[in-house]
Amino acid sequence: MELILGLLVQGGQMLVVLLLAPGLVGLVRKVRARLTRRRGAPVLQPYRDLLRLMKKEVVLAENASWMFRVAPYTIFAATWVAAALVPTFALGLQFSWTADLIAIVALLGSARFFLALAGMDVGTAFGGIGASREVMIGAFAEPAMLLTVFTLALVAGSTQLSVVAAFMASPAVGLRVSLGMALVALVIVAIAENARIPVDNPATHLELTMVHEAMVLEYSGRHLAMIEIAAALKLLLYVALIACVFFPWGMAAAGSGVLAHLLGLAAFLLKLAAGGVLLATFETAIAKMRVFRVPDFLGAALMLGLLGTLLLFVSRSL
Amino acid sequence: MTALDAALLLSGGLLALGPAALPLARRPGGPALLHGAAATLSAALALLGLWALVAPGAPVQAVLPLGLPWLGAHFRLDALAAFFILVLGAGGTAASLYGIGYGRHLEAPGRVLPFYGPFLGAMALVLFADDAFTFLLSWESMSLLSWALVLADHRNPEARSASYVYLLMAGIGTMALLFAFGLLAGPGGGYAFAAIAAAERGPGVTAAILFLMLAGAGSKAGVFPLHVWLPLAHPAAPSHVSALMSGVMTKIALYGFIRVGFDLLGPVAWWASPVVIVLGSTTAVMGILLANVDRDAKRILAYSTIENVGVIFAALGLALAFRANGMTALAALALTAALFHILNHMLFKSLLFMAAGAVLAATGRRTLDALGGLIHRMPATAFLALVGVTAIAALPPLNGFASEWLLFQGILQSPGLPQPALQLLLPGAGGMLALAAALAAACFVRFYGIIFLGRPRSEAAAGAVEVDRWSLAAMAGLALLCLFGGILPGAVLDTLAPAVGLATGGRIPPQLGNSWATLVPVTAGQSSYSGLLVLAFITFGAMTSAWLVHRLASHRLRRGPAWDCGFPLTDGRSQYSAGGFSQPIRRALGGTLVAAREHVVMPPPGDMRPARHAAESGDVAWMRLYLPAAAAVGGLATRLNTLQFLTIRRYLGLVFVSLILLLVGLTQWN
Repeated sequence: MELILGLLVQGGQMLVVLLLAPGLVGLVRKVRARLTRRRGAPVLQPYRDLLRLMKKEVVLAENASWMFRVAPYTIFAATWVAAALVPTFALGLQFSWTADLIAIVALLGSARFFLALAGMDVGTAFGGIGASREVMIGAFAEPAMLLTVFTLALVAGSTQLSVVAAFMASPAVGLRVSLGMALVALVIVAIAENARIPVDNPATHLELTMVHEAMVLEYSGRHLAMIEIAAALKLLLYVALIACVFFPWGMAAAGSGVLAHLLGLAAFLLKLAAGGVLLATFETAIAKMRVFRVPDFLGAALMLGLLGTLLLFVSRSL
Repeated sequence: MTALDAALLLSGGLLALGPAALPLARRPGGPALLHGAAATLSAALALLGLWALVAPGAPVQAVLPLGLPWLGAHFRLDALAAFFILVLGAGGTAASLYGIGYGRHLEAPGRVLPFYGPFLGAMALVLFADDAFTFLLSWESMSLLSWALVLADHRNPEARSASYVYLLMAGIGTMALLFAFGLLAGPGGGYAFAAIAAAERGPGVTAAILFLMLAGAGSKAGVFPLHVWLPLAHPAAPSHVSALMSGVMTKIALYGFIRVGFDLLGPVAWWASPVVIVLGSTTAVMGILLANVDRDAKRILAYSTIENVGVIFAALGLALAFRANGMTALAALALTAALFHILNHMLFKSLLFMAAGAVLAATGRRTLDALGGLIHRMPATAFLALVGVTAIAALPPLNGFASEWLLFQGILQSPGLPQPALQLLLPGAGGMLALAAALAAACFVRFYGIIFLGRPRSEAAAGAVEVDRWSLAAMAGLALLCLFGGILPGAVLDTLAPAVGLATGGRIPPQLGNSWATLVPVTAGQSSYSGLLVLAFITFGAMTSAWLVHRLASHRLRRGPAWDCGFPLTDGRSQYSAGGFSQPIRRALGGTLVAAREHVVMPPPGDMRPARHAAESGDVAWMRLYLPAAAAVGGLATRLNTLQFLTIRRYLGLVFVSLILLLVGLTQWN
């Protein structure tokens, strides 16, 4: 019975993240449009875009190799596996022990690695510019993220996300400076990793500042759809990660009943909406920064992560 | 016949390949025969090492009447040596298999083959040595034979200067080892390892020996700032020898450090470990930064070796810290991570050097900016190299990630250490290792993307053809082992547990009983990772999504010209170059660390000359440490040169003054 429930929760989680991810992107776009006094496309627009892209034929560059065609599915699968392991509405994920937080970070690293390679496959200048900047951002974002993971692991005594989330939901946590620093660091990393303003602009094209869009410039049709879903999944993953670690309220405990899971789902939807609105507000309030300022921005996250960890070594209650 | 006798016979067989090569190397089919023999002997050594690790038994010893008459040559096969024999045998087998095919491209086989077999044999003897004399003799033979291999292409001035620097650095390293073993033997002069292990020494002497080993073994392994010879010498050798030098010889050096630091030396004070940790993590970051800005395929791999050696040293330092505090289980965890990474690095670095060799054989070019698009011309090599770069970039589900993950788990246990200095140091070291891992991913996106993807940047790259089957078989074997280590790490960890137990006295929980090949380094509540399931999920997710999309949505496809925002340029040189790709990282991190500078020469208005942009970077250690030192030595030598042209009267006066000074010194001494 427990196994069946666990599998159900795991399967539900995989479907929920997949189904909600484009909606989150649509919500962010809608709120951004409203904040700039535009009407904006409906929240459901990304679903329609994806469906249309799926049905279109693929126009493949003449010298694209098999790598270019395999990469979208690999990127999607790696991101999906990572997203499936971050608790969203319930803690009792059947396969949560498959990969801990470090492995989840590395899975996203794999997705980035293959995306950058795919960007270089056709051999265009734009692909190169995107890949080169993406790996630079990754080179700063990944250590910052890992230091944040260190902070969490030191507080909760585990790198296993379900254990961390359960600990964070318990009264043993209290208010800690180190956790505050970890939160800020994680938010900065999330913004950079998801190619949001001020690091990258997801709505831009033909600009020398673009990173993510430059890498996927040669993609079309179903390949582009897979990459877009992967990007949406990644955004949802980060929101879910921040929610489950720092705001773990309302999540269904392992082995609880149907009602608790429904409540958990409702709470997750609320958190997701709050995350989307906050992101859109932040993005409208700030300007895109020069690409060479990004290391400073991410360096701040790196230092915050390190400081948070060091504080914990000074005193375990900070 | 004991296992040790068999192992010594095999090593002797490898040594005998040297004289055998003298008549055979120039005959048609000779190189293939010699490489085949080396592959067979190495494979037998690997199996023997594996057997000695898996079958529990007491260490076997043997004394041969060689070497110093009053000492003899002591040999011994225990779990630690067996693990490294496995590494050596596996690496040697792959490199020799590759050599069967690659040997045809050798310009002067007579300059490679007489040293190739003995090089393998000397490395094996380092591992079997059980007294200081045999150890140092084998060590020095290994250095000199590899030096001869670096010099194989002796008409190339770069290879000549590389081998010169290598010889100097090997000399310095061996001197440090001589002092270390002198201190180890003590005034009694017990040079057998058994006597050394039984001797008592104070914490100061112990730390001095450890640091001397760090310098001696570290210079051979490539620890910053003693690494300068490595990026010159490793690429200069023929590619399968480069694979051996980077993949195996650096590991033999690490064996020297582990054997002394963990086995012979006895307890080491905790304050020695931060030095190793800091040195290791600095080496890791500096090595990978230099790899990120270099433009030569084989030199990039050599710099990445420095990074990996740094990671391993950081893990060894962590193990020393835990062991000094009596936390044997955690020391075992850190040492397990180190040994696992040693094995993994041998696998993927050999694989990548072989891929670079295949590219070199197919195109004749090593600079990244002359390559490109080889995934179309050399599909098998490109696929195998992709496995290699994924593994070395520490990405799941391959083996590089598994060992780095273990190391991070070890670092996360550091709050248990009682010393505040270590507690404060380790998060920083962890951050630096994470930075190194992320930079490694950046480096190998560039390495792979520029060599294999995109369009050819030269005629040579456009006309490349796939390499022979022997080379591909060697690379495929290594790639399979990379995958095996990634999805079934538990099997590897359980196999190397006896070696870890010998060095630390502890072990991590047995892994083979865990469901789904999950790694559980401490307890399941703290952390677990299953490479097998991650691979299964990714494969399943990718396959199902691809199938569903093709089935339900669309599977139509049309080829057309690249879009590139409307300006597709057909010239291969319009793509990103190696220097352009590394520009963001060079600008963000390279200013001081790799002395990166950019020059723009802009002609005045009306001048028709093109504007020029040049990006420079270099090894800070070389520029700030070695060049001034070399200049100082040179300057001093010039000054002292006047001493050669004195009159006999002045010489006699000089002798007299020195005599007086010595006598005065002697009276003061007493």
